[in-house]
Amino acid sequence: MGAAATRAIYTIWLRDVKRFFRERSRILGMLLQPILFLVLVGNGIASSFQMAGAPAGFNYLEFMFPGIVGMTVLFSSVFSAMSVVWDREFGFLKEVVVAPVPRWTLAIGKALGGSTTAMIQGAIILIVAPLAGISLSLATVLKILVLLFVISLALASLGLVIAANLSSMEGFQIIMNFLIMPMFFLSGALFPLKNVATWMAVLTKIDPLTYGVDALRHVFYGQSALGSLLIQFPILTDLAVVILIGAVLLTAATVSFNRTA
Amino acid sequence: MAVIEVHDLQRRFGSVQAVRGVNFEVKEGEIFAFLGPNGAGKSTTISMLATLLHPTAGTAKVAGFDIVREPDRVRHSIGIVFQDPTLDDRLTAEENLQFHALLYNVDSRIVKERVPKLLEMVELLDRRKSLVRTFSGGMKRRLEIARGLLHHPKVLFLDEPTIGLDPQTRARIWEYVRGLRDQEGITVFMTTHYMDEAEVCDRIAVIDHGQIVALGTPSELKALVGGDVITLAANDQEKARQFIAAQYGEPIVTPSGLQFEVTGGETIIPELVARCPTPVRAISLRKPTLDDVFLKLTGREIRDEPPQNHRPRMARIHGGR
Repeated sequence: MGAAATRAIYTIWLRDVKRFFRERSRILGMLLQPILFLVLVGNGIASSFQMAGAPAGFNYLEFMFPGIVGMTVLFSSVFSAMSVVWDREFGFLKEVVVAPVPRWTLAIGKALGGSTTAMIQGAIILIVAPLAGISLSLATVLKILVLLFVISLALASLGLVIAANLSSMEGFQIIMNFLIMPMFFLSGALFPLKNVATWMAVLTKIDPLTYGVDALRHVFYGQSALGSLLIQFPILTDLAVVILIGAVLLTAATVSFNRTA
Repeated sequence: MAVIEVHDLQRRFGSVQAVRGVNFEVKEGEIFAFLGPNGAGKSTTISMLATLLHPTAGTAKVAGFDIVREPDRVRHSIGIVFQDPTLDDRLTAEENLQFHALLYNVDSRIVKERVPKLLEMVELLDRRKSLVRTFSGGMKRRLEIARGLLHHPKVLFLDEPTIGLDPQTRARIWEYVRGLRDQEGITVFMTTHYMDEAEVCDRIAVIDHGQIVALGTPSELKALVGGDVITLAANDQEKARQFIAAQYGEPIVTPSGLQFEVTGGETIIPELVARCPTPVRAISLRKPTLDDVFLKLTGREIRDEPPQNHRPRMARIHGGR
């Protein structure tokens, strides 16, 4: 990768990060949503939900928390990657496209920018972990951050592939309702996937977020009894799937940006 | 020395031939304008020269580099301001310039020295820390011009640089453009459909339906019209038309009356009014403008919608090249 490409990627990444810290209302909105989920949906379900084989003193919120972190990075990374559609509509994309830098750098820069900001948002959610009765060591937090970055990169790449094939922001709602929301519901963020019907189990297995959330639970619960009850796949399987899907999507994004942008 | 050389450049979109083989050269330090109505092929040509669009046929060189084979070198040598702003309005004026410098690999010491100078030139120095979303249309355009100059381009492309701006702002932007040419020796290639704007350029290519129909200095183009332009409105337009056609040549029908060209118009008017077979309601005489040139070359006024299947007449002063 040449110096020009590296600089271009850095520029596009920096722009996303700068804009992120500037839009405080957006940050606030994106933080309130998971907290709302946790406090209202979480407590509501916790009051009537009983998991088979759960150890004494099991708290649904403890189960839900990694899922909510997953939800945060899902919405944040897909949304920020899809903002490239706005850039196309309102012109900034053209400034990059006429610059003496390869077009694919735009995809990489956007993917890195989207995953950085998503990771930061996921990290901020960790502050309310005590609300769910979870305490995290520094080492665990660092592991979670690395994991969030990897998951976000895959999800941001997904957002870019969608954006490259979307001519205007009008398709955004459809994508949200028919792709992103189902990805969230099927990921095991809100309920364990072990006993769902076969058709649904199939869908959960093709949802990349399932592996991301599962990996998060590995890190959150470690070797505890809760872990062996709630974790679906070995951590290596989770990581391999997320990284593989991420690599495929990122490649697809760079190819389609080279073609369309 | 030619800084832009265009040879039989063509571009087709599906079955539509947007640019039908244009030839021209732009000299270093020149302000060169493409003048024509919307849809004439001006923006398509700029896009090809800026390496955003591949030509279907033909070749072009910008700053000595081939637009198809050496796009990165062309891109380093040009600055471009599009019709619609391409700024990031959530960033400050200064940040927009800094990002541009990063993309174009401008040395950071040069950026430090040049950014305040450019912002001062476009009178935005005191607003450098403001978010671009708080800027007016004219301020955005000025900032874009400053940004387009940051990497020391040889050629500055301006696509309808003053469209949608108020007259004062338009005049200011023109001041900058001329100042640039005088101080930095930069070549300016612009498109416009404002006649008064084309008037102050060094040379103009009149473009219609994807072809250059005339090319020359403003005075050379106006000489095409020949003499003075008389517009006459009469009670019976048909009678007046026959009379004028017999005496001075076939007039062009415009909303304000019948228009035709004469030499020594001042002496002709009294005789014309006296001998016209139908009462004259209004008559005016003026020196030719580029509007008249366009009307004469294409049979239409520039703001008109282009009629279907219209074939432009060719009238080249000195060939495109």
